[in-house]
Amino acid sequence: MTRPVPPKKNPLLRTQVPLLPPQPRSLRGHLLIAAAATGRFALQRCAECGTVAYPARDACSECLSPDLPLTDVPAGGTLLSETTIRNTADPYFRRLTPIRQGLIQSDAGPQIIAFLHRDCTPNGRVTLSLKLDAGGQPVVFAFPEGPAAPDAEEDPILRELTADPLHARILLTDGRHPASVALCKALLGAGAAHIFVGVAERWKPSAQIDALAAVEGVELIDLDPRDERSVMDAAADLAGKIEIVVNSAYHYRPGSLLDSGAALRIKDMMEVGALGLVRLSQTFGAAMMGRGADGDRPALAWVNLLSITAQLAHPAAVTYSAAQAAELSVAQSLRGMLRGGGVRVVNVFHGALDIDWFEQVPPPKLGAGALSKGVVDALKRGLEDVYLGAEAEDFRERMDQNPKEVERSRWT
Amino acid sequence: MQDNQTPDTVLTALAGALASGGVQLVDLTRTLAPDDPTIVMPPEFGQSWPVRIERISRYDGTGPAWYWNNISFGEHTGTHFDAPVHWVTGRDLPRNSVDTMPLEPMLAPACVIDCTEACDKDADHLLTREAILDWEAQHGQIEPDCWVIMRSGWGDKTGAEYANLQADGAHTPGPDAEAIRFLVDDRNIQGFGTETIGTDWGQAGHLSPPYPAHHYLHGAGKYGLQCLTGLEALPPRGAMIFAAPLKIKAGSGSPLRVIALVPGGTD
Repeated sequence: MTRPVPPKKNPLLRTQVPLLPPQPRSLRGHLLIAAAATGRFALQRCAECGTVAYPARDACSECLSPDLPLTDVPAGGTLLSETTIRNTADPYFRRLTPIRQGLIQSDAGPQIIAFLHRDCTPNGRVTLSLKLDAGGQPVVFAFPEGPAAPDAEEDPILRELTADPLHARILLTDGRHPASVALCKALLGAGAAHIFVGVAERWKPSAQIDALAAVEGVELIDLDPRDERSVMDAAADLAGKIEIVVNSAYHYRPGSLLDSGAALRIKDMMEVGALGLVRLSQTFGAAMMGRGADGDRPALAWVNLLSITAQLAHPAAVTYSAAQAAELSVAQSLRGMLRGGGVRVVNVFHGALDIDWFEQVPPPKLGAGALSKGVVDALKRGLEDVYLGAEAEDFRERMDQNPKEVERSRWT
Repeated sequence: MQDNQTPDTVLTALAGALASGGVQLVDLTRTLAPDDPTIVMPPEFGQSWPVRIERISRYDGTGPAWYWNNISFGEHTGTHFDAPVHWVTGRDLPRNSVDTMPLEPMLAPACVIDCTEACDKDADHLLTREAILDWEAQHGQIEPDCWVIMRSGWGDKTGAEYANLQADGAHTPGPDAEAIRFLVDDRNIQGFGTETIGTDWGQAGHLSPPYPAHHYLHGAGKYGLQCLTGLEALPPRGAMIFAAPLKIKAGSGSPLRVIALVPGGTD
C-alpha cells in the first residue's frame, strides 16, 4: 500500500475511452481461461507422453496425441531473456508502455513469453501465473520468486490484470447481508477509500446496520435493489464515482417446489437477486462500463456473491436455487457487457453460510471472515470465478469431474 | 332525511355545500410509496409486498407518447381496508370479501376519538372501554353502523418512527380487547380505523385473544381501516367517510383513497 491517494479528477479533461488488448484466441486457447479465472496455473499436458504444451495446441508436439487435458503444472521458471516495448501500434498497449516481456524456461517444460513484473531480475527465478487481461483473455504473468516487495502490487501491468481495492470507492449493495460488516472491514483493510453501503427499508431496525454505521469509512445510503426508483436515485449520486461494486443483495428462504407459496417465494428472491442485479446493472453497470480507463481511478470490478445452488438445485432450497440460477445468468450477461469496458465481473460462489438459516446444516460452513477475505483475495488476484469454503471447493471439484454424480447424490 | 327533504334535494344541497365549502373534502390517505413501512411478519412466514412501481414507458422507445407504470403491492399496503375474510374469525361469513361486500359501508359517518395526547406520551397507549365511555359522555353515544376512528397522531410520522419496531416487535397505540368487544357488541359499529399500520395495538400478539381488533371486528363482519392520516381535520362526530376498496376478486382488503366529508365554515 504505497501508492498515494489519486488526485481528484480534472473535470475539464476528456475521460479516456476504455480500450482492450487484442482479443482473438484459438479455440484451444480458451482452455486457459478456465484456469486463469480460478487462479490456477494449469497448461495442457499430453495424456500419452506427459509433454506440457504452451501455447495451447490441438495435438501434442512430441507424439501428436490430441489428448491434451488442462492440468495443474509447476509454476516455477527461469528468465532467459527480456525486452522492453517502448512503442507499439496497438492503442491499448500504447497507454501502458514501457512494457517488460521475457522469455521464460518454465519448470513444466515449455518456454513461455510472459509479462514480467518490474521486480523480475535478469536470469532470475520467477513464478508464473495465468491472468485474465482487461478483455477477459488469458495471459501469462511472471512474478519474481520469493517474498514480494511491499509495493509489488503497484506494478502497472499487474494492476491492469487485477482489481486491487486500494483507494477504490466501493458500493456494497446490501448492508443486511450477514457478512456486510466483515466485508467492509476487509475491504477497508485492503486500502479501500470509502464504502457506500446500501440499506433497504431503513425503518426496520438492525444492530448490524448500526454496527456498519459505526465503521469509519462506511457511509450508509438508501438503496433497495427491488425498487427501480431507489436504484436510479442512488446511481444518480454515485454511479460516476464507484470503482468496485460488491453486489451483496441477500434474501434466503428455504423451501421445496411443492410448498404452498413456492412461486411467490421465488419471485421475492428474484426481485432481490436477479432483477435487483438487472436494475443495478442498468444504472451502476452502464456508468462503470464507460469508466474502465478513467485516469487514476478507473472502474475495476463487479463482485457478485452467489450460492453454489445457482449451478445445481439443492433439495432443501429449491426455490432459492431457482432464484440464484437466474441471478447467475444475469451475472454472466453482465460480465459479457462489462468486458467491453475492461471491468471484470467476479462471481464468488459459496456453500452454506454460518448463519441462523443454516443452523441445522452440519459444518463446514462459511463464516463472514472467510467470505470477506476471499472477496479481497479475488480482487487482488484478478480472479473471475471463486469458490470459497470447503463445501464450495468440493462442489467445484466434483462438478469438474462428473456433474451427474453431484446431481444424483444431492437428490437421492 | 328531514321531512321537507327528498333525495334530490339532499344531493343538490350536498353539491352546493361542496362547491361553497360548506362541506369540505379531506384526504385521509398516505401516499403509496416504496419506502413507506408495511406490516412485517416473522421471516419464516409469507410477506406482504411493499409498493413497487416499475416504469413501462415515459415518452421513450417503449412508448413514445405516453407515461405509465406497472405497480405491485400487497392487499394490506399503505392506507388500506380490511374485509372480514382477512381474519380467520371472518372466513365463513357471507359477503366477506372486498368484491362481495355491500356498498353502504363505503360511505358512513365517523366518530373520532382523540388519543393524541396520551399516545404522544406513550407509544404503547391502549384505548380502553372507559376512555370510549368518557368520549361518549362528552360527545354522545356512538351510533350503529359508523366508523370509530382512533386518532393517535401516528399518521404524521414516517419511516422508523412510524413503524416503531423494537427488538420485541412494534410499539404503536391501539385498542384493548374489551374496548373492541364493547364497540362491536354494544355499539354495533361498522368498523374501526387507525393511523397505525394495523387496527390492532403494536403488541397485540400478547393480548387475549391475540390481535383482538382483527379477531372481534372481522368475526362480527365488521371492517378495518388503517394507515390513515390527516385526522386532525375531522370533528369528533359529524364527518362522513368515503372508503371504497378496490373490487379485487375474493380480496381480503385493498389500498384505497379515503376521503372525509367534513362540515366546513358557515360563510
